[in-house]
Amino acid sequence: MREVILDLQDIKKSFGKNEILKGLNLKVHEGEFLTFLGASGCGKTTTLRIIAGLEMPDSGQVILNGVDVTKKEPNERDVNTVFQNYALFPHMSVEDNIAYGLKLKKVAKNEIKKRVKEVLSLVQLEGYEKRRTTELSGGQKQRVAIARAVVNNPKILLLDEPLGALDAKLRHQMQLELKKLQKSLGITFLYITHDQEEAINMSDRIVVMKEGQFEQIGTPDEIYNEPKTSYVAAFVGDSNILTGTVKECAEDKVVMEFAGGTVMAQAKGKSYKEGEQVVFSIRRENIKLEDHKDMPIKAVVKEKSFAGGMLRIVFLVSDNIEIVASRQGINYNLVPGEETEISFASEHVVILNQEM
Amino acid sequence: MTMKKRKNKSIYLMLVPIYAFTIIFVLFPILYMILLSFLSKAEVWGVVKEVTLDNYKKITEPLYIKTFLDSIKLAAISTGFVVLLGYPFGYFMAKLSKKWKRRMMELIMVPFWTSGLMRLYGWIIVFRSNGTLDQILMGLHITKSPLKLLYSYEAVVVGMIYALMPFMVLSVYSSAEKMDWTLVEAARDLGATKFKAFITITLKQTMPGLLSGVILTFVPSMGMFFVADLLGGNKIVLVGSVIQEQLTKGRNLPFAAAMSVVLMLLTTMLISLYKRVTGSGEMEGLV
Repeated sequence: MREVILDLQDIKKSFGKNEILKGLNLKVHEGEFLTFLGASGCGKTTTLRIIAGLEMPDSGQVILNGVDVTKKEPNERDVNTVFQNYALFPHMSVEDNIAYGLKLKKVAKNEIKKRVKEVLSLVQLEGYEKRRTTELSGGQKQRVAIARAVVNNPKILLLDEPLGALDAKLRHQMQLELKKLQKSLGITFLYITHDQEEAINMSDRIVVMKEGQFEQIGTPDEIYNEPKTSYVAAFVGDSNILTGTVKECAEDKVVMEFAGGTVMAQAKGKSYKEGEQVVFSIRRENIKLEDHKDMPIKAVVKEKSFAGGMLRIVFLVSDNIEIVASRQGINYNLVPGEETEISFASEHVVILNQEM
Repeated sequence: MTMKKRKNKSIYLMLVPIYAFTIIFVLFPILYMILLSFLSKAEVWGVVKEVTLDNYKKITEPLYIKTFLDSIKLAAISTGFVVLLGYPFGYFMAKLSKKWKRRMMELIMVPFWTSGLMRLYGWIIVFRSNGTLDQILMGLHITKSPLKLLYSYEAVVVGMIYALMPFMVLSVYSSAEKMDWTLVEAARDLGATKFKAFITITLKQTMPGLLSGVILTFVPSMGMFFVADLLGGNKIVLVGSVIQEQLTKGRNLPFAAAMSVVLMLLTTMLISLYKRVTGSGEMEGLV
């Protein structure tokens, strides 16, 4: 295991009567790309600002590289931030913006020049030294902001929705570039986004945040395939979330009864009591529409629509429960009103933790 | 295209009254004043049409050079104090909550509802022997006898600061209000101490406001003769006082005009210097 570079211990923060962070604990490893994923207002920006030292936690500790920096000023911490609105200094050239941190550290002039040149080629802005930042496009400003931060070679780079203001195409390109940059620099990245695709594309680990708490911490694969709570299941990808009762729990299999019929899930080392209420989820693309191997469920096709390159089919089971399935392509041989059968493969059914 | 042209035309039409006003009440008087400054003084009242440079020559007499230097000195001292007091005031005002910003703004504007002259008489009451200030200081046993502050240089400086401070506060405020404070956070994040971030970011970003505040303070303070007259008791002679005296008691219109022209040139130079320094024609709080 790589070394722990950042350790958050029971971080709490309130603004007035609003409890923003409710006791966060997290260990970040060196060289990791970790993403905080959550809806706006979940406290992810506050978390980042506390790590940067721009905000003081009410209680708890921030341990950076083995040193307690909780009470240290932002300039005394070996972290740098890429701000959401870039925050480039408008009265300085690109070169002076990037050199700002180095000048404060009293790095020699020719060394500064060399490093600015290097970092500009790293973000593919060679020859932009003398440009005014106000003349740059959004994407270029973004690159300068990243260059200005990484040139200081921080222990951790904090990125607060850095791609939020860019258009979709550029955003995708920057995602790949950022990931590449992080790999080549080996710097730990803490990245904030509300975009699940961004999180899944770039991260080593994802922290899903909700109302000032961590809902789940895990690899993109874990977050996507084994969501622990219904919030995670709903936020990452499109899932059907259903309630059922445990009928039988033996070895590795859990058999559940729900309004539409019987489903099976893998127990994954947990045991469930008979008669216990459980919430489980299944992704839209994992709902089987034919060749049923598991117990089929009777369903009526309610509607069929095409959106975002996917065909979306809504089924009704037992009168009032909707189950949504999605498929590639537009021609699926089902007509609204038709009676059919669907099924859930046990490896795709995920039992969620009950919400407190 | 035609729509646009018509629109432009109507905008020009609307501007006509403004231009007419400016030409009649600003440009003509200035031209008239320049013309006057090259004419000669008549025996009793008015001017005779004899073109001369004597009025300008007279300004180079030591007495008048001294008056100009004294005025510049007083203006510089007053402006210095106004910067020291007004900058922090405007800066912190920009950091207040919306509600308190509005309240502060009202407090600053209230004095403007009464005449400036009246407010200066207020200072006379404060400064005169056994006046308000003396009574407070003596009542608190800080001083034993009246300080005789009225008709002193200090009294004039205080009067100047009082009269000019709002212009500095408002122009610094309008600059600081517009500032993006995340820039300061970015500077701190990149390793700047609070002081360093203030010098390299905040001060730079609010410089236009500070400089226009300096001009708004320095230029009028050169001509605010009534402050020097009322609080300085004629002991302090400023350019403004000389111009006023030459115009009334001296009945020397051409000389008063020449002095005004020189004063105007000095202030114009200052403003163009400002434009050179900030690289913009826009004056914070002015335009």
